[in-house]
Amino acid sequence: MAGGSRTPMNPDHPLPGHSSAGRLERVLRAGRFAVTAELNPPDSADPREAYERALVLAEVCDAINATDASGANTHMSSLGICALLTNAGYAPVMQISCRDRNRIAIQGDVLGAAALGVSNILCLTGDGVQAGDQPGAKPVFDLDGISLLETIRIMRDEGRFLSGRKLTVRPQVFLGAAANPFAPPYDYRPLRLATKVAAGAQFVQTQYCFDVPRLERYMDQVRDRGLHERCFILVGVGPLASARAARWIRSNVPGVHIPDPVIARLEHAEKPKLEGKQICIELIQQIREIKGIAGVHLMAYRQEELVSEIIGESGVLDDRHPQSHHKRSHKVQNIRTAT
Amino acid sequence: MYAVRQWSVRNARGLEWLYSKFAATLLRLHPLFERVGYGRLEAPVASLERRLKGFMFDCHMCGQCALRATGMSCPMNCPKSLRNGPCGGVRPDGHCEVEPAMRCVWVEAWNGARRMREGDIISDIHNPVDHRLGETSSWLRVTREQSLAVETDSDWTG
Repeated sequence: MAGGSRTPMNPDHPLPGHSSAGRLERVLRAGRFAVTAELNPPDSADPREAYERALVLAEVCDAINATDASGANTHMSSLGICALLTNAGYAPVMQISCRDRNRIAIQGDVLGAAALGVSNILCLTGDGVQAGDQPGAKPVFDLDGISLLETIRIMRDEGRFLSGRKLTVRPQVFLGAAANPFAPPYDYRPLRLATKVAAGAQFVQTQYCFDVPRLERYMDQVRDRGLHERCFILVGVGPLASARAARWIRSNVPGVHIPDPVIARLEHAEKPKLEGKQICIELIQQIREIKGIAGVHLMAYRQEELVSEIIGESGVLDDRHPQSHHKRSHKVQNIRTAT
Repeated sequence: MYAVRQWSVRNARGLEWLYSKFAATLLRLHPLFERVGYGRLEAPVASLERRLKGFMFDCHMCGQCALRATGMSCPMNCPKSLRNGPCGGVRPDGHCEVEPAMRCVWVEAWNGARRMREGDIISDIHNPVDHRLGETSSWLRVTREQSLAVETDSDWTG
């Protein structure tokens, strides 16, 4: 473990056996069912927009994911949002995609993020540039999701850059990866999770799950390999706004699998948005029953206001109140008045 | 060529056997290569390698060939040049997220690897590509490195 090398300036020491001082790792290692959610990053230079979006998620989430130009669309950067959120007392998960930056830039960002107090990093390969608003951009992909994981693990556990050059203080971060049990080749996916765990993944957040039987088959293989004991698995979920939206997502967002019966259910509903929310709650409750699942990851694009209702009604938090700390709200208030 | 590339994956088992024989032959030729000089051989061998592997696998001459570990499906044909398995964007029909007309290079790799005797090494973690090695001969580099390993490691039995 990477203990002992923390600067005495920082009071946030990881607990014994922990890699980070963050809330997400504490909650997961305590065996609680964790909830994370994705923040829809603003197309704005105003920090208040980031705070407002975090505020609706924070009270039901153990950590908030700051996406890194997801879908290859430009927004406020992941590092920028993490700096703002950390400063305001929230616990972000910094997503790093390999699409836009090479190994030189990424390793620098990891140190910068850790210095800002970021405790969680999610390593992604990233969507292709063709999926976004700037398809003429140069795709970088100098690293891939797995070599990125290994790079950061080496920085944290061996205290060096990929080049071998020594770090004076190691980044104490909880390392995550993405997993997609819902894309072919299906029988390769559990093996791929094993490779990610070997490369350094301590938690994974999956792509949207709308197909519980497929997830169960995946988890059977994951448990056979004992991977659920070496890595916390958070399953991605989200409310669909309508049958039309579901069809659009299915054909335009890479890697999202939505079975026809789900779309039919939305189509026949009187209030599709309400039905979408209900489907999401039912999915969460079914997912929670699967052995080896450590939590859920909500991606409620443009429906963030539904997240706290969904989590509340699903009952997965039991008696927990993740980030509803008074001190934090005051801090946000101060920053708001200062800006 | 796409059709030949797919043939190579279908025949991954045979190509694996051929490759191991070829690698052993190159290793035996190491003393000769040394006498002629690896530097002098680089250009003609790289040119031959480019043509042959270009035809068979649509090889991109990354100079650090992974074919043996990727079911004879060249990972450099992946639009994201992924070296460690498929991304999460593979379409339900097994085609590529970026180039829908093409089968995912890693779906092919998985199929090829399952035909191979040592296909399990598909799970090995590969280092990021060293771009300094681009356009150089992987054959010569591996031969020289393995010969050096033989010379320095007396326990080596291969």
